[in-house]
Amino acid sequence: MNNRSASKKVLASALAALTIAASNAALAARDHISIVGSSTVYPFTTVVAERFSRATQFKTPVVESTGTGGGMKLFCQGVGESTADITGASRRIKQSELEMCNGNGVDVVEVQIGYDGIVLANAKTAKPFELSRKDIFLALAKDVPNPDGSETLVPNPYKTWKDVNPTLPAAKIEVLGPPPTSGTRDAFAELAMEGGCKKFDWIAAKKKSDKSAYKAICHNVREDGFYVEAGENDNLIVNKLAANPNALGIFGFSFLDQNADKVQGSLIEGQEPTFESIADNSYPVSRPLFVYVKKAHVDVVPGIKQFLAEFTNDRAWGEEGYLADKGMIPLPTAERQKVANNVRKLNALTNLAAK
Amino acid sequence: MTDLTQSNLTQEQVRERIESRLASRHRKEKIFRGFGIASIAFGILAVVVLFTDIISKGSSAFVQTDIELNVTYDPAVLGIDSVDDESLAWANFDAVIRNALRERFPEVSGRRDKRELYSLVSNGAGFELRERLQQNPALLGKSETLWFNADDDVDTYVKSLSKSEEGFLGRTSEQKAEWIKSLLATGELEKRFNTTFFTNGDSREPEQAGIRAALMGSLFTLLVTLALSFPIGVAAAIYLEEFAPKNRWTDLIEVNINNLAAVPSIVFGLLGLAIFINFFELPRSAPLVGGLVLTLMTLPTIIISSRAALKSVPPSIREAAMGMGASRMQVVLHHVLPLAMPGMLTGAIIGMAQALGETAPLLMIGMVAFIVDVPHGITDPSTVLPVQIFLWADSPERAFVERTSAAIMVLLAVLITMNTCAVWLRKKLERRW
Repeated sequence: MNNRSASKKVLASALAALTIAASNAALAARDHISIVGSSTVYPFTTVVAERFSRATQFKTPVVESTGTGGGMKLFCQGVGESTADITGASRRIKQSELEMCNGNGVDVVEVQIGYDGIVLANAKTAKPFELSRKDIFLALAKDVPNPDGSETLVPNPYKTWKDVNPTLPAAKIEVLGPPPTSGTRDAFAELAMEGGCKKFDWIAAKKKSDKSAYKAICHNVREDGFYVEAGENDNLIVNKLAANPNALGIFGFSFLDQNADKVQGSLIEGQEPTFESIADNSYPVSRPLFVYVKKAHVDVVPGIKQFLAEFTNDRAWGEEGYLADKGMIPLPTAERQKVANNVRKLNALTNLAAK
Repeated sequence: MTDLTQSNLTQEQVRERIESRLASRHRKEKIFRGFGIASIAFGILAVVVLFTDIISKGSSAFVQTDIELNVTYDPAVLGIDSVDDESLAWANFDAVIRNALRERFPEVSGRRDKRELYSLVSNGAGFELRERLQQNPALLGKSETLWFNADDDVDTYVKSLSKSEEGFLGRTSEQKAEWIKSLLATGELEKRFNTTFFTNGDSREPEQAGIRAALMGSLFTLLVTLALSFPIGVAAAIYLEEFAPKNRWTDLIEVNINNLAAVPSIVFGLLGLAIFINFFELPRSAPLVGGLVLTLMTLPTIIISSRAALKSVPPSIREAAMGMGASRMQVVLHHVLPLAMPGMLTGAIIGMAQALGETAPLLMIGMVAFIVDVPHGITDPSTVLPVQIFLWADSPERAFVERTSAAIMVLLAVLITMNTCAVWLRKKLERRW
């Protein structure tokens, strides 16, 4: 009997402790920075978060990888402790997202942190590809211009790279890439495919007359098995490429950098994807990376100012900073100064045209 | 048999017929058993392949390449005169490490080469020195020989050397490889047991990354889950099984509990986001909310297994107790519950094991996150073991590949321990009639 009542007491006190802890937590102010956003920016924000907390007395920021769009939703929810302070984005904020933010009373400070290159790579055991953006568009688009030269679209008839461009090998088109939810996919469609799509004058002309049709032609990826959605995990794509020398894969530059023994980047428009070629913009498929900061939180959540100072310090985002070691391509010096100035003044982003 | 006896056959004919079919019946029996053995063999093969793959990839993560350096806490290099918190925050500990490296390789000159040289040592080394000096201020001005973690590129290279003659250079330059080889030859570079892996939280530098924060997070989350789901689950099961009248309402409840057990776990995550975080405003990324969500998920499992355990207690026990004049509550608490306990505990532990391996519901409530600080309570931001595995599997750094497998080994070890406990408890407490 004694035993039983004792265990009852333990149980009751455990439950009481839980409720007290819960109510305390709800009342206490958040003492760590909360960061959400793109999985491409995540490797960089996390490094800065870690360095920042080791160098200062602040708690380590909590970084969630939610994807660019998901991050924007969480970020723009409103102002207050339960919402994120900073979000990372592998593309610029959209007008609609900015309006949602402003509508919820969120003032946004934009910080461009650097560039990321997207590579098309294949196994080291095979010969490297030399592609143009037009080749990429023709090989991967859902509908392509009629091969007979008329200005109509036909469902993509190409089965081998040789069909696309006679100088390419006669291997079957097989490209492993991220699913549509991925920011990498968005950027790939915009930079590589649209870049090739524009080469057809009559499609380019559509951009003015019928923008949504233009976007559909240029961005829609074929779904007949030649483009394989291989999930968001870039390591998985690298391993699949190593096992299958006929396939090409699409992923971020930092994965190429780390796995140079297994895979090699394809030349695009004659440019090899290297740190230098992405930094000087000669490699065509690179995209800017951003973080967005909630202005209203800067003086409320401890450490945001110092975190931004660490981020925009040359030892972090400079040419020889630790972010470059992690595979991020830094901004040119003048640009960095401009962004850093803007961050210090915390100028809110009002419309997208002004940059 | 009936058709044989019914027809007018002689005994001889019956025997003949049976004998003629005997061979085929034996053959069928053999095939049937063969299928059973084949499926078990397939299962074992799958487990063996999984384990060899994970262990062969992950075992190297339990050692880490360390580098021996002779460091001098020179006040002039550090830029401080006394050891106090403020000056320690300012002090340039990286310079101490750099000096030590330059002393070891005095021939290196030029900015680029020096940068290369400095990258032999993990960038966490400076912080280690700071902690040492903080704990022992008397060291200022003295020198000592210490082991530091080497950078992850060095670690990857050294480990690949044991697999092949050339090794995998990767991001390591030829020149750096020369330095590494000379250090290896003198024993200043050595593979040692990786304690960091068990004492640190997550890090973006593989050599500083550890499993501790995730392990503690898992522990806190499971504690909350157990503290809530076991009492609630058992109480619900006892009421439904022993007290509730059998009518349409209890049938409805039963059907719903069974349905709930089959609901995809991400749905519970969405529920947790809507209720616990958005409505009750509990903190994001906290084991408290994780535990609450996992409670919702494991409750049906525990209720169902507890009811099965209660059902298996023979009615004679209840009747005997009633006959002695016990009230219904006394019957349940004094007689039925102790007998059903082993089954209930097994169910609870299986539910806990399920909760331990769950990531999907935690995604929505912010526990899929980069957490460096080891949590100290159920409201500190934290992550859990399977999430840590997921995050490492997604990292570009090569050295995370082995750490991913090592983390899987830790998770499997925890799971096996829990399941062994379940078996042991059942064996110990079980009573047969």
